[in-house]
Amino acid sequence: MSEETSNPTGGFFTSKIEEMLGWARKYSIFQYPFVTACCGMEYMSTACAHYDMDRFGAGLPRFSPRQSDVLMVVGTISHKMAPVLKEIYDQMTEPKWVVAFGVCTCTGGFYDNYATVMGIDTIIPVDVYIPGCPPRPENVLDGLIKLQEKIQKQKQLV
Amino acid sequence: MVTEKLAGKFLSSHDFRGDETIVVKGESLLEVMRRLKEDPELDFNVLMDLTAVDYLAFKEHSGPRFEVVYHLYSTPKNQRVRVKVLVEEKCAEVPSLTGLWPAANWYEREVWDMFGIRFTGHPDLKRILMYDEFVGHPLRKDYPVNKRQPLIGPKN
Repeated sequence: MSEETSNPTGGFFTSKIEEMLGWARKYSIFQYPFVTACCGMEYMSTACAHYDMDRFGAGLPRFSPRQSDVLMVVGTISHKMAPVLKEIYDQMTEPKWVVAFGVCTCTGGFYDNYATVMGIDTIIPVDVYIPGCPPRPENVLDGLIKLQEKIQKQKQLV
Repeated sequence: MVTEKLAGKFLSSHDFRGDETIVVKGESLLEVMRRLKEDPELDFNVLMDLTAVDYLAFKEHSGPRFEVVYHLYSTPKNQRVRVKVLVEEKCAEVPSLTGLWPAANWYEREVWDMFGIRFTGHPDLKRILMYDEFVGHPLRKDYPVNKRQPLIGPKN
C-alpha cells in the first residue's frame, strides 16, 4: 500500500491545490455588473482603458449571472428592485462573491425613505464594501485588490 | 390672453411675467382644458407636466387639501399656462385628461400612486412607480416618514 492511499487526506497536497485555485480564481474574476444608478459611470471609467480593471484579471463583465462569479452591485437598490437582486444572486453558481459598490449599496447612503433598501447586506451577504458617492476609480481598484486577497486566503471549494 | 378667453370659467387667476395661472373647480376642468387645447387662438398642444400638491402641513393654507397642477405649453404661440384644480380629501377625484393629451396617462398614474388622487375615465389607473404590494401613497404628508414596506429582507 502506497503512502497516498494510507493517508487519503494528504494535508500537504490539498493545501497546495487550494493555493493554486485561489491564485487562479482571484485573477479570473468574471463580474456581473448590477448597475442601477449613477455609480455606474464610475464603474465604467474603472473598467475602461484609463484605469483598466483588466490589469487585475477582472476585464470581462458577463451579463448572465450563471457565467459570473463576482456580483458587483453598483447603485441604489430600491425595495421594488430587491427581489430581483436576490434572484440574480441565487442564480449565480458557487464560488461567488459580492461587492457593494458605492455608499447606497453599503448603507443606503443619504437615502432614508420609503423606497430605498438600507444596505444590500440586509438581503444578500457582502464580501467587500466600497464606500463613496461615487467612489473614485482608485478606490474601486483598492476594493478589487482586497477582494482578491480575500479570494486567495479563503477555504476553496473544489 | 387665457383669462380673457376663459372669463367666468375659473375661480381665480394671477400672472408672473406673462405666465398665467388659473385655478378651476373639478367640475369645469374638462371644459376649460378642452378650450385651452382646441381654441385656435390658445392652441395649447403640449401637456408639459401634471403633478399634485398636498397642503396638509401648510398652516396658512385654507381650502381643499389637494391641488392637481397642470402645465401647458403652446408651441405655435410660445405661451405657457398653469392650471390648478382644487381637490377635496373626501372625494379625491379629478376627470382624466388622457382623451385630450395622451401624455396625461402616465402622469396621472404617478399622481394616483404618490398622492392617491383618482382620475375618472383613465383607461388603466394603476401604480406606476411603487410595487403592487405597497399600501398607501407615500407622498401624502400623513404617510409616516419612517414607515417601510420591504418586499424581502428586514424592516429597516
